[in-house]
Amino acid sequence: MSFLDYFRSRKNTGSANVAKERLQIIVAHERGKRDQPDYLPELQRELVAVIRKYVQIDDDQVQVEVDRNDDCSVLELNVTLPERR
Amino acid sequence: MARIIVVTSGKGGVGKTTTSASISTGLARRGHKTVVIDFDVGLRNLDLIMNCERRVVYDFVNVIQGDASLNQALIRDKRVDTLYILPASQTREKEALTKEGVEKVINELSETFDYIVCDSPAGIEHGALMALYYADEAIVVTNPEVSSVRDSDRILGILQSKSRRAEMGQDPVKEHLLLTRYNPDRVEKGEMLSVADVEEILAIPLLGVIPESQVVLNASNQGTPVILEDQSDAGQAYDDAVARLLGEEREHRFMSSQKKGFFARMFKG
Repeated sequence: MSFLDYFRSRKNTGSANVAKERLQIIVAHERGKRDQPDYLPELQRELVAVIRKYVQIDDDQVQVEVDRNDDCSVLELNVTLPERR
Repeated sequence: MARIIVVTSGKGGVGKTTTSASISTGLARRGHKTVVIDFDVGLRNLDLIMNCERRVVYDFVNVIQGDASLNQALIRDKRVDTLYILPASQTREKEALTKEGVEKVINELSETFDYIVCDSPAGIEHGALMALYYADEAIVVTNPEVSSVRDSDRILGILQSKSRRAEMGQDPVKEHLLLTRYNPDRVEKGEMLSVADVEEILAIPLLGVIPESQVVLNASNQGTPVILEDQSDAGQAYDDAVARLLGEEREHRFMSSQKKGFFARMFKG
């Protein structure tokens, strides 16, 4: 450790907090997917195929999620359509 | 009935085999009859870490396929006489570990052993799934580093959905976090995730923190489980972890850097 580092080390300038923030986001995202039913990826693929018959969209413009509550589940479908020209 | 403990991580190179060797040695030297099984078929290494690589005659897959009895395949440790090693096969395909075959071996071991420690291969493929399937408890070995933490979370999800306990709707596998290669100096500089950070993200109880230490490499060079290096920080940290696994209360150690004097901080690297 050099002379300057002695003073620098007092401040929290490291990258650990960046790591923590990134991990919190990705882990929360992946946990959300963990509880999803197995058929969801297939369902998403087929939905994209149907929508593509009418509008050109990319794979990542469709989001399919299942929200489970106590007495019912909700299938949530989010499609981002391209801008109209 | 034996307690079945899987040592797992998802990511490779974080210290699963080192941990399996030390935890099993620690349990055995407290008088519990313990067997440690290497599930890494094709990439056997536990035998090297435990210094019995030249005593392997039969292996796990030989026992599953009925080519050898358990007694023929089990290797008795030369240092701790309540400790046995069941080595992995070096030549066969991973698929040789069938669910039924693994169950048969584990059931037979359960009759005479107190603890069965399963050393999982890296990844989330067949071998890793077999290693965790029958577990009652899981030690999730994690380095304070982004890819390791993420993979540990992935493995926790698999424990909660793909283990026998999950499939049978029994009590969940008991999860323990073991943070290894921990460098308190770098944590204090803000360069490395802290114990608290990793605990917060993974949200499972902390079993222990193993400091990054040259002793670990030295011990594996010689085929000595590092827990037997009684004078070392890493060895003592593993001993604490074993005590906690057995229900003892032990304060966590080696989590802050050795306080250096002003001059040492100025002039030493």
